[in-house]
Amino acid sequence: MDDLVERFLAGDRRALARIISRVENDTPEGREYLRALFPRSGKTHILGVTGGAGSGKSTLTGTLAAEYRRRGKTVGIVAVDPSSPFTRGAILGDRIRMQDLALDPGVYVRSMAGRGAMGGLAPSIADVVAVMDAFGFDVVIIETIGAGQDEVEIAGTAMTTILVNNPGTGDDIQALKAGIIEIADILVVNKADHPGADVLVSQLQALLSLSPAGSRRPPILKTTAIKNEGLGPLADAVADHYTYLENSGLLAKHRAEDARHQVLSIARQIVLERIRETTSEDELAALVARVAGRELDPHTAAEELAASVLG
Amino acid sequence: MSSTTTAQIRVLIAKPGLDGHDRGAKVVARALRDGGCEVIYTGIRQTPEMIAEAALQEDVDVVGLSILSGAHLELFPRIVAELRKRGVDDVLLFCGGIIPEEDTEVLTKLGFSAVFRPGTNTQDIVKFVYEHVKK
Repeated sequence: MDDLVERFLAGDRRALARIISRVENDTPEGREYLRALFPRSGKTHILGVTGGAGSGKSTLTGTLAAEYRRRGKTVGIVAVDPSSPFTRGAILGDRIRMQDLALDPGVYVRSMAGRGAMGGLAPSIADVVAVMDAFGFDVVIIETIGAGQDEVEIAGTAMTTILVNNPGTGDDIQALKAGIIEIADILVVNKADHPGADVLVSQLQALLSLSPAGSRRPPILKTTAIKNEGLGPLADAVADHYTYLENSGLLAKHRAEDARHQVLSIARQIVLERIRETTSEDELAALVARVAGRELDPHTAAEELAASVLG
Repeated sequence: MSSTTTAQIRVLIAKPGLDGHDRGAKVVARALRDGGCEVIYTGIRQTPEMIAEAALQEDVDVVGLSILSGAHLELFPRIVAELRKRGVDDVLLFCGGIIPEEDTEVLTKLGFSAVFRPGTNTQDIVKFVYEHVKK
């Protein structure tokens, strides 16, 4: 290996950026870097910011990071935007909302393309976050792709998930539905200067009052990120949640579950890669054609494929 | 190997200086996106320091600068200096906008591999990036 790890450990941000690229691209080199740095991770508070497209996630992430800077903390940000399913290209535009942090030496912002991953994240996000964690940021914020009702994967990687809502985007039945709202540790009503903010807060409150007795109720906070309003109380709520996780033993449980999930999903990926390596394109095409022709059902076909590598 | 994690060309499209017209920058960003690149767009009114810092943090392979104000001979050398100061010395540089023909030589010496002017076919820019990127 080259001197990148040495420079990384000395706090060189260019080395951090280069290592992230290799880890993101999952190159053999990237895996070496991760192997070297992973034992140093596990100290950072990892936050997730999720919510619909245009809900203000990037602006909120930027202003929350600025609040942490006022509190003397360093911040790493990973902002994910979608890739084209056709060309695999992407426009990564989250930095536009974070201009005030552009020259702050205590902040590092990295844009990532989703590259087809599920859940508003990117395939290598957990590895990239581990590298940023190992670099020594006090807080790492993951900003997801605009999420709909069912993108819950962020709660696996992030210890504290902030769900960004906006006034005027649906009645209380939306909030009653299962899915993304269940993973929120903190609910934010952003663009709180718009009409309907207080109505949304009381709808969310009413909904949370239906939670089983004794369960933790996520706090609901109003922010107007673009005017820098409400970020202090939000940073306080994040800190309270971390204390709660530590004291309840949930932090250790979260780490264990995340590790389990990562190991299993990488194992699944390895099996898939082996299948692709041992099956020729022609064999695959022939098998798939039988399924498309309704000769064979997809489960039987998949079992045949798997049997070729699993024995 | 899985197709989801292979390396893609990362391009920073930036607009230095004070003019606020970023239609051209957006058209180029969109063309590169459709060409399969991951394009980081930072918006208008970027200082040389902000552009260099974004290039460093995002570890881009390519930096494309758009300028219409006529301040390119003022701003571009400062951007190149800020990039070098940060050790970002191996990126492919190109620029576009309202840039007189006679300035091409100065810009080439500065390290710009291409200058694109109004009327350029966006496909030529995509082709240029793929042919010249140091991957």
